[in-house]
Parts: sequence; C-alpha cells; structure tokens
Amino acid sequence: MTVLFDGIASGMLLFLISVGLSVTLGLMNFVNLAHGAFAMLGGYTCALLLSRAGLPFLLAVPLAAATAAAAGVVLERTLYRRLYAASHLDQVLFSIGLMFMSISTAHYFFGARQQPVVLPEFLRGQIQLPGLDIGIYRLFLIAVGLCLAFGLQWLVSRTRFGAQLRAAVDNPRIARGLGIDVDRVFTLTFALGSALAGLGGALGIEMLGLDPGFPVKYIVYFLIVVAVGGSGNIKGSLIASLMLGVFDVAGKYYLPQVGAFVIYAVMVVMLILRPQGLFGRSAAK
Amino acid sequence: MNQMNHRIALDLDPLRKLSAWRPAEYAFWLLTVAAYFLFPKSLALMSQIAITALFALSLDLILGYAGIVSLGHAAFFGLGAYAAGLLSKYGWGDPLLGLAAGGLVAATVGFVTSFLVLRGTDLTRLMVTLGVSMMLYEAANKLTDFTGGVDGLQGVEMQPLLGMFGFDLYSRTAYWYSLVVLFLMFWLARRLAHSPFGLSLRGIKQNVARMPAIGAPVHGRLVAIYTVGAAYAGVAGALLTQTTQFVSLDVMAFSRSAELLLILVLGGSGCLYGALIGTVVFMAAHHFLADINPQYWQFWLGAALVLIVLFARDGIMGLLRKLPVPGGKQA
Repeated sequence: MTVLFDGIASGMLLFLISVGLSVTLGLMNFVNLAHGAFAMLGGYTCALLLSRAGLPFLLAVPLAAATAAAAGVVLERTLYRRLYAASHLDQVLFSIGLMFMSISTAHYFFGARQQPVVLPEFLRGQIQLPGLDIGIYRLFLIAVGLCLAFGLQWLVSRTRFGAQLRAAVDNPRIARGLGIDVDRVFTLTFALGSALAGLGGALGIEMLGLDPGFPVKYIVYFLIVVAVGGSGNIKGSLIASLMLGVFDVAGKYYLPQVGAFVIYAVMVVMLILRPQGLFGRSAAK
Repeated sequence: MNQMNHRIALDLDPLRKLSAWRPAEYAFWLLTVAAYFLFPKSLALMSQIAITALFALSLDLILGYAGIVSLGHAAFFGLGAYAAGLLSKYGWGDPLLGLAAGGLVAATVGFVTSFLVLRGTDLTRLMVTLGVSMMLYEAANKLTDFTGGVDGLQGVEMQPLLGMFGFDLYSRTAYWYSLVVLFLMFWLARRLAHSPFGLSLRGIKQNVARMPAIGAPVHGRLVAIYTVGAAYAGVAGALLTQTTQFVSLDVMAFSRSAELLLILVLGGSGCLYGALIGTVVFMAAHHFLADINPQYWQFWLGAALVLIVLFARDGIMGLLRKLPVPGGKQA
C-alpha cells in the first residue's frame, strides 16, 4: 500500500511538472525540450528565496512559478515565437540548445551540488495508518496536483480564454479573422506552461533533488507523460503521470535490477499501440 | 526501378553530372591525408574525428536523405561498440571481423526497431527512438557482468590489423584505419545517395503522399535506409572500441545523440559533406574550448545550436553554397 501511495505521490509530482509541457507541446504544438529548464529555474528560485531571503515556503513557491512565467514570456517574445512554424526537428534542436545553456548557467552560478530545501514544520512528518504510512508532504503534493488538474481542465474547456486558445491552435488564420489576438493568447499560454513548470520544479526539490543536470535527467519522464497521455490533454496527462509514477516506484521497489527499463518499455509499447496517446485527440484539424 | 517496361526517353545527364566527383571533393580527401603529416601529434584526436564523421554520416543518411528524425541514434553506435568490444574480449580480436560484427548487430537491431520507429508522426518517432535508446542504455547499465556497467568494458585486446599493423601508442594505425574505413563507407554512401534508391528517398522526404503514386514502395525504402544507417553507426561504434580499446557506457548516452544532431545541423544535412565538415568543426571547437572550461563549452554549444536554427538553417554547407566561388558547390 505504501508503495502504491508513494507511486501516486511521485506521479502527481510528475504531473505537476509535465502538465506545463502538455500545455506547450500539446496545445501549442511546440516540442519544447527545454521545459525542464523552466522547472529548474523555478526550483532554484524557490531554493534561493528559502535559504537566502528566508521567505516562507508557501510564498516562495508561487514566486518561483512567477519567475518561471516571466522567463517564459521573455523567451517566447524573443525566440520561441520565430519557430512556431518551423519543423519539429528545428524546435527540438533549438530547445536542446536552450537546455544546454541553462545547464551550464546553473552550473556557473550554483555549482554542481544538490540544493537543499527545508520544508516548513506543518508539511513534515507522517500520518500512520494500519498498513500505510502517509508522508504529509506527499499528501500535500497530491492535493495540489488534483486542484491544478481540475483548474486547468476548467480553464481550457470552459472559459473564454480556453476557447480562444483552442481556436488559435487549430487554425491561427481564422482565429485572427475572428478578432482573437493570437500572439497574445500564445504568449499567455506559454507563460502558463512555464509557470506550471516552475511550480512543479519548486515543489519537486524535496523528492527529485535539484542540481544543474535536472533538465536532462527528467526530460525523458516529462516527454513520456505527454506522449503517453496524448498531448494537450490534461486528463490524459494526469492518468499517464499516475501510471508512470506507480510503475516507476513499484518497478524500483520490487525489481531494482531492472530499474528504469520498465517505464521505457511501457512507453514504447504504448506508443506503438496508441500513437495518439491514451486519450489523444485524433487529428482534430 | 519499375518503370523500365515503359521506357521513356529520360535525360539522365543532369543526374550523372551531379554524381561526378568535383575538384573540391578530391581536395577534401587529399587534405585528410595531408593532415597525417601536418599534425603528427594529434593523430588520436583526428582518428576520433574520422569515427565521429562516420557516425554523423549514418545520421545524415537517415535524417538528411530520408527525413526520419531520431533522438536515439547513439543506440546503434553503442551496439556496435559493445559488439566489437565483447568479441575481442572473448578472443576474436581481428579488427575487420569486429567491424563486420558491429555493423551486423546494429543493422539487425535497426531492422527490427525500424518497424516501431516508422509508425506515427515526427513526434512519435522522436519519442520512440529516444525510448529505444534509453532502454538499451539501461540494459547496458544493468548487465554489469556482461558490459561492465558504468565502469565500462575493459580487457579489449586487438590483434594487428590484417595481421601486419599493430595498434600503436601514437595512433598511427588508428588514424589510417579509421580514415580508410570512413572513406570506403563514404564512397558507398555517395553511390547510394546518387542511385535511384537515394533519389527515391529524397522524393519520400519531399512528398510522402506522392511517392507511392509513381510506384515507390515507401515503407520498404525507409526500412532499408534505417537499417543501413544503423549499420553505419554500428561500424563507427566498433571503430571507436577498436582504436581506444575500451567501451564506456556513454557511447549510448542521450547527450551523444543530441551532439550528433548538432554536428549534422552545424554542417548541413542532406549532403554527405555536411556531416564530415560539421564533425571537423565541432570536434576541433570541442577540443580547444573544453580545454578552457567544460561548462563554458556546453554553454556555447547550446548558443550555437540556437543561432543555427534561427539564422543558418542549412549549416556550413548552406553558407558555402551561397558563396559565389567558381569551383564551389552547387546543390
């Protein structure tokens, strides 16, 4: 049971980070491998605010998300925008380049060591039930994840902004013709995706650690979530992350010698069987 | 090709002209020979360059000609490297046998995985190639009895090449060996690229939907070129094992696949020389900049990638083509 719970918690964390990628990759159709870099930015901001400025945890986390969002806006306005029409390969190369730059920048300023994070008192400790140990922080992660999942689902499918976004993605020219400011919608969406990455990065330090190698180490996981969940699909990302988290933790717990092999195998099999992802929109154009 | 039964008067001369060797190409290969005498102290580096160039060539065949994107090409390089390494560790230390084994193992795996890779869109391909290479990486990492895991495969002993030329400390044999293999494989790739097969690949890259209409079996062609590309990468991996007499786990790492993409984009994809020139520039820059500071190097590597994608999409070859030099390259 504890394994299952830990799996769900780590899946939720994956969801927190990768839902941002699901937004940029899925909704905006941009293969952003530098997504982990935004998460790392959020992580470092949070760690610095906690250790240097002494801010409370619950304030530092939103600020981290805001920083990542601001960086997202700046980069989107200056660089990403030029590549919306480019091929996926170009986008991949471009974002790998950004990722490399972010890694060495982080290395330059913070060194190679892990950044420590001290959680506030009320998020530490465990609740013990018969046969199940619940870490409070993990419970907190699950709660945040669920709130975000419902919030985003509502945002994309029920609000005016969501409708504008979907219109802008499906057919930018006609969306422009209808008076939607497509550029602005894209900038906002990209900021949203980056903010989610920053948020996930900040919340994830406790479980994933934080060092300059972060963007490369976890990008594969984020991509798996998006690829398996079907891109641009929040429910799909949620379910895929939970599956991935449970498989990963269970695999490491019961079959340590196989290690990460399991999840790669799961991903490849999933992609073969359902190239559109679990809940993919089947070519909505 | 199939249209032979309705013989149409095709003017093949322009194609023949394109496939003829140009003076600049002779000059390029003469330079590689001259390099041996000019830089006798950096032969180890130069044989690494030749090996990486062969590896880049293999990606160019897949990506530049057939348009199959891959984020996991290092998997085949690694397979070749381990195949050659294990073979020599258990007693069959003949270099040419090792090359053949490396190529064969990689080709087999390439053939099998091609059926997975060729399904789906670019994005799925990126993910599947990445997934396959990560699986192989994990396998090599965990099978420590067999591969040595993170410690690398040790105890690789090579017999003299052709029974005559031993691998020496100064990498003299290594350089000639890598260079000759590179040249032969390049020559073959060049033949392939200008053959009807190569032309049909370009057609597929330009318009997948139209190729079946003129009778080209798209899927079969793609499987074939993916297998060939994998074999090339396997041979390159085997060469690396044989010249360094060691296999480290990072032959399969993601960063190697990513670097390779950079090399190809830097040089310009879809014309074999782009792969070669990209490698030379990249490796030389790496050698000098990484000496100063490895982090510094990674930063500029990233910056270069961003700038190339934004401003010089055709790489060095694209820039060369724009120069109005009389003996220069045309398309």
